[in-house]
Amino acid sequence: MAVGTETASAESLSSELPQRQHRTLWGDVWLRFRRHNLANIGVVVLVLLVIGVLAGPLIYTVDPEYSFIVDDIDSINQPPSVEYPLGTDDLGRDTLARNLFGGRISLAVGVVAMFVSITFGTLVGVLSGFFRRLDNPLMRFTDLMLALPSLPLLLVIIMLFRDSLKALLGPELGIFLLVVLVIGILGWMPTARVVRGSVLSIKEKEFVEAAVSVGTREPAILWQHILPNVLSPIIVSATLGVAAAILTESALSFLGLGFPSNVPTWGRLLFENKDFITQNPWLVIWPGLFISLTILSINFIGDGLRDALDPRQRR
Amino acid sequence: MGQYLVRRLLTIIPTLIAISFVIFAVLDLAPGDPTSALPETIRPEVRQQIRKAMGLDEPFPVKYGLWMRQFFVNEPLSLIEKAFGIQIGDGEKRLRVTSWGSRGVPVMDMILERVPQTLWVVGLAYLVAIVIAVPIGVVSAIRQYSIFDQVGTFISLIGYSIPTFFTGLLMILLFSVKLKWFPMIYDTNLQVVDWHSFVEQLRQSAMPVAVLGFFQAAILARFTRSSMLDNIPMDYVRTATAKGFRERYVVIRHILRNSLIPVVTLIALGIPAIFSGAIITEQIFRVNGLGALLIGAIQLNDIPLVQTVTFIFACLIVAFNLIADVIYGILDPRIRYT
Repeated sequence: MAVGTETASAESLSSELPQRQHRTLWGDVWLRFRRHNLANIGVVVLVLLVIGVLAGPLIYTVDPEYSFIVDDIDSINQPPSVEYPLGTDDLGRDTLARNLFGGRISLAVGVVAMFVSITFGTLVGVLSGFFRRLDNPLMRFTDLMLALPSLPLLLVIIMLFRDSLKALLGPELGIFLLVVLVIGILGWMPTARVVRGSVLSIKEKEFVEAAVSVGTREPAILWQHILPNVLSPIIVSATLGVAAAILTESALSFLGLGFPSNVPTWGRLLFENKDFITQNPWLVIWPGLFISLTILSINFIGDGLRDALDPRQRR
Repeated sequence: MGQYLVRRLLTIIPTLIAISFVIFAVLDLAPGDPTSALPETIRPEVRQQIRKAMGLDEPFPVKYGLWMRQFFVNEPLSLIEKAFGIQIGDGEKRLRVTSWGSRGVPVMDMILERVPQTLWVVGLAYLVAIVIAVPIGVVSAIRQYSIFDQVGTFISLIGYSIPTFFTGLLMILLFSVKLKWFPMIYDTNLQVVDWHSFVEQLRQSAMPVAVLGFFQAAILARFTRSSMLDNIPMDYVRTATAKGFRERYVVIRHILRNSLIPVVTLIALGIPAIFSGAIITEQIFRVNGLGALLIGAIQLNDIPLVQTVTFIFACLIVAFNLIADVIYGILDPRIRYT
């Protein structure tokens, strides 16, 4: 980041002088973020969850699809124990292994879908905020997209296209791409609106006027002067976007319209196990707990980032 | 205001046409064959004839035009006939949108059958949410950073982060399986005729309403609190306090009135969303409502039914956007519609 290198050289210059410590833009943000207790708890929980699902299957090498009935007929619907840390399901499969693998897919869907929606939302927002001629058509398009009922449409699109994509790209990659793309395409509108608003207000600032007056070309104004200044709303909506995407994917899977049954995601595990709630409540408690913890910690982080990135709070 | 309303109503027409086009296009361009649900033993020629009789061989614009006529002319006419018991033209000959799943039944009749259950659960949940959330938001804002505020903010963030399908399952686990207070499954056939059945109806609605209401209340309480906090530092509040009004009076007559304007708008805007949210809640508790109808139709590949339900959801969004704008204009005289 250009800001970082500039201040780094400034710091080495001023290091001999007995001055107060030099502060950078992102250093300030970090300091303010650290003051936000709930956000810090959120970071810790989220990091633990991410490490858990990434490294977990490498350490805990139990096949999530392996049925322990083969070894022991009594191994179905076990409560948590030393042998099965989180218990087993109705087919004698290990719940911990299934939840670890499910978490990988749920988190991956959240992150990738967020990238799709943020990229698209930023593009639309910047274009309509910066180019007056594009503003009206693009915003009418955004309004139209906002008027579409997203959950029913998601269900319908996934239902209709999943067989052909499955045939085209294989069951896992095909469904993954479909889910991610559809969630992204139906979720970019709030980002576009926020970005457009920021671009509109920054476009009128004096430093942009100064850049124009010294003859800076439009692409350079856009990239160097406007985009860095709309970064904070984009970061906040990206953070909250991950939570929203994970929630949407779980909802789809919970309705039985997400990933196929051999791909366990947290939502899928809830869907599969909800009928066994009387026999073995642990089966729904674990995936539900993981989804809730993930979304809660991401929302805490998002709140903290919003406060930390708000320039009005800068002291 | 009147002129503004007319203009807004006119912009609704292209919006609805665009939405109907999107919904129609998605379903029409998708792979999948309505005759695939029919038995394998039907000969290919016969299958082809069935397809032709259903109008599937027509080009896309023709199909879309015909669907629009069915949807925007025939269906409303039938609805009016049914509502007022009158005859307009030849009602028998008019082509209705019919379901592919349960053959020949007009889609609208199926939907009208399901609306009361959804309305009961959704409406009750929303009422409960408003009654709980607004006072909590107000008190949280007045006593900012108090223990009440911190606990309230924390709980509302939790309520907003935990998905309804998990709270629903947890409630079933706690109140149906362990405590046996409420039935696990919502019985749609229950007729409310006497006191006993009324209590039974309340008992079976308790959990779906609580799940939906809790989620909605979390959002509303957060919003009410921040709206109150926006108004508390205002000059007019200081003036009112300086004039010697009691705090209670200032809060209720001055701050609350102004803070509730955006809250009321949000309440109106949230109604369509809570209908979509009900899709999930209805699945958990097996409420036989609109959401269950949609899920069933999707699984059966019943395209006319899916199109209609999705379009009704879209109409709700457009309608409540308009209502929210109008309410905002009525409540806040500073907003001028020109």
